[in-house]
Amino acid sequence: MTRTPLLQVEHLTMRFGGLIAVNDISFTAYDREITAIIGPNGAGKTTVFNCLTGFYNAPVGRLRLTGARGEFLLERMDGFRIAQKGGVARTFQNIRLFPQMTVLENLIIAQHNTLMRASGYTAAGLFGLKSYRDAEREAVELARSWLDRLGLTAQADWEAGNLPYGSQRRLEIARAMCTKPVLLCLDEPAAGLNPRESGELRELLTEIRDRRRIGVLLIEHDMSVVMGISDHIVVLDYGRLIADGTPAEVRSDPAVIRAYLGEEDTDQIPPEVARNLRQGGRV
Amino acid sequence: MDVRALLKDAGLAAFVAFMLALPMIGFQTVDFSGGVGITVVTRFGDVAISVVLVFVGRLALSLLQYPSWRPPLLMASVVVVVGLPLLKTQAHYPVITWLAVIASAVIAVRSAWLHFDVSGVVGRDENNRMGDAAAFIGRWFGPVFVLFAVIFPFLPTTSRYLLDLGILVLTYVMLGWGLNVVVGLAGLLDLGYVAFYAVGAYSYAIIARDFGLTFWACLPLAGLFAAFFGVILGFPVLRLRGDYLAIVTLGFGEIIRIVLLNWASFSGGPNGISSIPRPSFLGMPFHPNPPEGVTSFHQFFNIDFSAEHRIVFLYYLILILALVTNSFTLRIRKLPIGRAWEALREDEIACRALGINPTNTKLTAFAIGAMFAGFAGAFFATRQGFISPESFSFIESAVILAIVVLGGMGSQIGVVLAAVLLIGVPEFFRELAQFRMLAFGAAMVGIMIWRPRGLLAHRDPSIRLSDAAGAGR
Ligand SMILES: Nc1ncnc2c1ncn2[C@@H]1O[C@H](COP(=O)(O)OP(=O)(O)O)[C@@H](O)[C@H]1O
Ligand SMILES: [Mg+2]
Repeated sequence: MTRTPLLQVEHLTMRFGGLIAVNDISFTAYDREITAIIGPNGAGKTTVFNCLTGFYNAPVGRLRLTGARGEFLLERMDGFRIAQKGGVARTFQNIRLFPQMTVLENLIIAQHNTLMRASGYTAAGLFGLKSYRDAEREAVELARSWLDRLGLTAQADWEAGNLPYGSQRRLEIARAMCTKPVLLCLDEPAAGLNPRESGELRELLTEIRDRRRIGVLLIEHDMSVVMGISDHIVVLDYGRLIADGTPAEVRSDPAVIRAYLGEEDTDQIPPEVARNLRQGGRV
Repeated sequence: MDVRALLKDAGLAAFVAFMLALPMIGFQTVDFSGGVGITVVTRFGDVAISVVLVFVGRLALSLLQYPSWRPPLLMASVVVVVGLPLLKTQAHYPVITWLAVIASAVIAVRSAWLHFDVSGVVGRDENNRMGDAAAFIGRWFGPVFVLFAVIFPFLPTTSRYLLDLGILVLTYVMLGWGLNVVVGLAGLLDLGYVAFYAVGAYSYAIIARDFGLTFWACLPLAGLFAAFFGVILGFPVLRLRGDYLAIVTLGFGEIIRIVLLNWASFSGGPNGISSIPRPSFLGMPFHPNPPEGVTSFHQFFNIDFSAEHRIVFLYYLILILALVTNSFTLRIRKLPIGRAWEALREDEIACRALGINPTNTKLTAFAIGAMFAGFAGAFFATRQGFISPESFSFIESAVILAIVVLGGMGSQIGVVLAAVLLIGVPEFFRELAQFRMLAFGAAMVGIMIWRPRGLLAHRDPSIRLSDAAGAGR
């Protein structure tokens, strides 16, 4: 299989006052691969995502996306355009659903731009034209297929905020997928999940990569997830890139072991992470 | 039950009441009969009564926290039985008596409620129940309300006065529904909504004055101008959030009013604009002696002229305008743009991550809300026949916002209820006019304590999987 670059990050740098949160990082994420970004807390992983999805404007660096929708230089685009035009979807480290809206509504809102066009920017929708009704039905079908896949169909009309935590995490992924992205960015999707749920998550992510055929960028602390499913791992520490390679390469990389198990950082990483890492990452 | 803590708490409340009441109630300035100066009259008896009322009321309120209904009921009864005769002889103002009666009635009802409430727990559960009640009222009483509104002018009890009141209430219902789009759905706190009402009113007045267009030609223009102003204001300020947006919209409301006040050659300044043309029924004016060649309403229908025809017509006009606003809002809630408004209210960052353009989405909410205010403004101008900047002060914005918040943000039926409560009911207590703001404030505080999400807070999903499945197959 030939690897096609999907996202090329070049010399990305981001400062907050005196703090250099991301320091001259370059790496490539490939299409139809899961690229994991790991590193201790505060390493700058979320900041990379925020630059990538336009929440921060990085002063230095190039973010070139070459997806099915064309080529985009993300560092020059507004946040919402990156999602709308470029097809980059993301989830958040602290779940950001629309808590008072229903589960189904959350998935329908994700298809806002498609539906907006179908509703003739509201005019056709107001008069209930058939073309709009059809588009809405399709949107519901897409949402329903995700609900079926996640086993949330029975809770479709619940307020999203009332779902159990694990379901909220999965719903957020489904919502991102409903935008039909070319690149899916997940910020610690396994945080707070029990072992069964993180097993399901692994399955879901491999399925997204293999069947939906898109690229996935994954920030994760759960080494069972990272080592088990990623094709390629990028390791950050103090804003710098310290390793970039396959899971096997990264696992045996002395710089990585130092970053994770080095004295000053031992207390920052959860013990089970350290254990997983030492044991080779498989549960 | 900690009696000492309860007494201490009630004592504290009474002390605060005393500090407030002493300067505000205790001293009154009165003109000398000759009109050559003022003198101070002291009313310490009223101060004492207020303090006692607050003490007893606070005690009863605290008792409500306990799942026992007898003590508060007892206290409420004591206030009524012992207090009222005393108040009748002592108080200078019947309003204190009224407050005492109403407050004890509320407390009595609450305690009785506790009695019938099996769970005995007041809180979230109750909110849900009220939400269900709101859904129920909305579904079943909505049509009843509409029917009532339609036959209202023909009820035997309906006087000219009541009809005028009906028009007033409906105007606020329409404004409330319009603002509900901005505040309730999109979650943008707009404290200058009355500016768009003013733009609508002045657009109609000025276009009619300078170009002689009729009401019906001006109505859409007034809405358009107001929407245009909404966009102009919205563009620079919608990137602001929460408090900042509230302050800027507040300022904008004042700017519009002050411009209208000072630009005399354009808007008539403080004198306003008078003899604004009245609306016609399909081109037929409501006039006893129409000019040559024009058939007036009563001639066409071959009935005797009556000044009430126009009032009834205005009533139906505002009823239709309000219902249009309502059905437009209900409909747009189920469209992508309406869902995006609600999503923006919930989480703007998540919206951006989903590719929703926040600025445009907010702008449309702002413009559509403004458009309805513009329609209402044109109606106001044609109804009054005279407008001046005085009618568009900040207090109007506050009242409209209060209607939306009191009703329950985003709740259409709640707006109706709140408009009736805030606009209709006070009219029956005209003699208490000076206490109106007091009652207004008390009502708002009460709502914030008992129903912080509004009287009838309830959100209907814009789409349900079961319904969608039914439509899809
Ligand atoms: N908006 C911000 N303002 C200031 N400092 C920030 C901001 N966002 C992140 N940082 C800092 O940047 C560093 C990297 O943070 P982050 O990217 O969240 O780390 P993580 O790898 O745990 O996701 C941290 O030291 C954090 O405190
Ligand atoms: Mg992070």
